Amino acid sequence: MTASPEPTSEPARPLLTMQGVRLGVRRVSVLLPGIVVFAVAFGAAAAAKGLSLLETVLMSALVYAGVAQLVAMELWRPEWSWGAIAGLAVVTATVNARMVLQGASLQPWFAPYPKALNAAHLFLFTDASWLIGARYHGEGGRDLGVIIGAGIVLWVVWVATTIPGYLLGALVADPRQYGIDLVMPIFFAAMIVPLWRGKRAAVPWVVAGLVALVTAKLIDGYAFIIVGSLAGALTGAFSDDPA
Amino acid sequence: MILPDPGPWGAVFVILAMMLATYLCRISGVIMMGFIPLTPRVRRGLAALPGSIVVATVLPLIERLGFAAALALIAAIGSMVLKRSELLALVVGMATVSAARALGF
Repeated sequence: MTASPEPTSEPARPLLTMQGVRLGVRRVSVLLPGIVVFAVAFGAAAAAKGLSLLETVLMSALVYAGVAQLVAMELWRPEWSWGAIAGLAVVTATVNARMVLQGASLQPWFAPYPKALNAAHLFLFTDASWLIGARYHGEGGRDLGVIIGAGIVLWVVWVATTIPGYLLGALVADPRQYGIDLVMPIFFAAMIVPLWRGKRAAVPWVVAGLVALVTAKLIDGYAFIIVGSLAGALTGAFSDDPA
Repeated sequence: MILPDPGPWGAVFVILAMMLATYLCRISGVIMMGFIPLTPRVRRGLAALPGSIVVATVLPLIERLGFAAALALIAAIGSMVLKRSELLALVVGMATVSAARALGF
């Protein structure tokens, strides 16, 4: 079975080079058109909900999580109580809970680096960085520059293109019509292809998918991502290799 | 303890609260895995995790977003198998979903 490289092949000295940063920039560049469309959609939604331009840019810069930001626009209100603020924070955490597992899956790569460096680059961690990182790490890559380069470029583009979205607002009145709600699902689905390691390795994925489908039926919100992914990981952990 | 009402700063507090919630999600998986020893079993679980996240994210979304979305994702995967380009997959997927929705699916 061609499993991904064993963590014993981790370099003794953690790798972080400008070449890696450049590779990260190259890898993220193909995702940028989708990210731009998404950022424009968020800017437009924020304008429609009555956020100021400053608040909109601040949210893109600090929260920096597209799906959570769009969900927040659905729940946005003109007046806020502390309870409503806490409520939206909880919703944000459930929408972004997938990042917990995404981070966990890359932890063996991040572990040798200084804690402060990890704390800093993880602020820029998104679905896109995870897609790029998981693929790169799966191919045996170990240069943290890839994650950092991709994260920085993506953040700058995300924040910058929120602004025209806000200003053009009305022009993208119905983002759904242009398939903007599908940008992230498409990138995720496309990721299956480079992750493919044969039918046997895909058994946990099938379990993950089925459990996620059932969970989505039973529980509102985004809990299905966590429950399904954990079910897949457990299946992988307890299916013994034919050694 | 009674806090003063957030008033005009409500939106800023919302943004800060969302930032904090998101950052905790970003770091907690990495921190937690630091306390779990990498046994072969954990390693196999981690190896299965990326694909599981992808499938667990996408399948229920297809179900929620409808037939046009399913068509779009199949088209995107097909294009990825043939050409290995994320950008092309996105174009193919978006074109498919726009066409399917315009046709009323």
